[in-house]
Amino acid sequence: MDLISGEKLEKMTSMEKIRLILDKVKTGRIVVLESGLTPDEEVRLIEMTMTEIRVDEFSGIEIESYPSKKEGSFFDKIFGRSIKGRMTVIGPANQIRTIEKDKYQISTKVSVGD
Amino acid sequence: MGFISSFKNSLGAWIKSIFKKKRAKIGIYGPPNAGKTTLAKRIVHDWSGDDDFGNVSHIPHETRRAMRKEGVVINANGSSIELDIVDTPGMATKIDFKEFMAFGLSEAESKKRAKEATEGVIEAIKWLDDLDGVLLVMDSTEDPYTQVNVTVIGNMEARKLPLLIVANKMDLPNASPARIKAAFPQHAMVQISALEGSNIDDLYTAIAANFG
Repeated sequence: MDLISGEKLEKMTSMEKIRLILDKVKTGRIVVLESGLTPDEEVRLIEMTMTEIRVDEFSGIEIESYPSKKEGSFFDKIFGRSIKGRMTVIGPANQIRTIEKDKYQISTKVSVGD
Repeated sequence: MGFISSFKNSLGAWIKSIFKKKRAKIGIYGPPNAGKTTLAKRIVHDWSGDDDFGNVSHIPHETRRAMRKEGVVINANGSSIELDIVDTPGMATKIDFKEFMAFGLSEAESKKRAKEATEGVIEAIKWLDDLDGVLLVMDSTEDPYTQVNVTVIGNMEARKLPLLIVANKMDLPNASPARIKAAFPQHAMVQISALEGSNIDDLYTAIAANFG
């Protein structure tokens, strides 16, 4: 399992993040992103995942993040800051399964080996 | 002639403003088997009389190509809105051909369907860039906190585009639209049964209010 800091993610472009995640997940690693992805990055990750699905090799990802907060702060609106991502867990679809999820907690089951 | 033409244009604009008729391109999104195509078929049937819009199946990813119906005019609450309705393939983060074999499809058919389903997801994502709003269809009997729901809602919020949540399948005994409302309280929600047509007028009123 790899826990990637928000500081590292901030320095990466969207494409670098997506490539890093997919490369790790395709080798069976679980990735935890401290600051998550933006909504646009999430959807691009799903899009890229679809292009890389291969029969008997890679069936996709399990990705879990919290719903976005209701509203940005007053200063976020004033300065036009975009909605930031929240902690996100991503893993191979055949190894990670969500048990329960709500606004504040994500419970997952991780299978190791076959 | 110039005066008559100008008068006609002004009259047209005035009539249009009186009846608040607007046009919007609306995407129907959601996870596989949430009832997106059933809903699209009902809307198209109710407002254009067309019965040949899309196929419905219990096997996931039946819709693997986005389908568009132009110029569907919905009248509700004294206003009118003209919609281009885009029924999109089900969004997913994983597609395993073995899941289709469990529905009795052959291995070859399952692999073909899986390949087409991945292309469908990409197509659904591409459509997000070309819409004025989204109807997000959720299965009221399922957990609403799926990543597809979270991702679609996050994208619409980031793009500042209108979103209406459709809590579908309320005809089923274990449906819980309240659970969906509790999960995403910041967005308008209508509970319906697209299959039976119950509460469908509430949906049309909400469409006119949210997208008009």
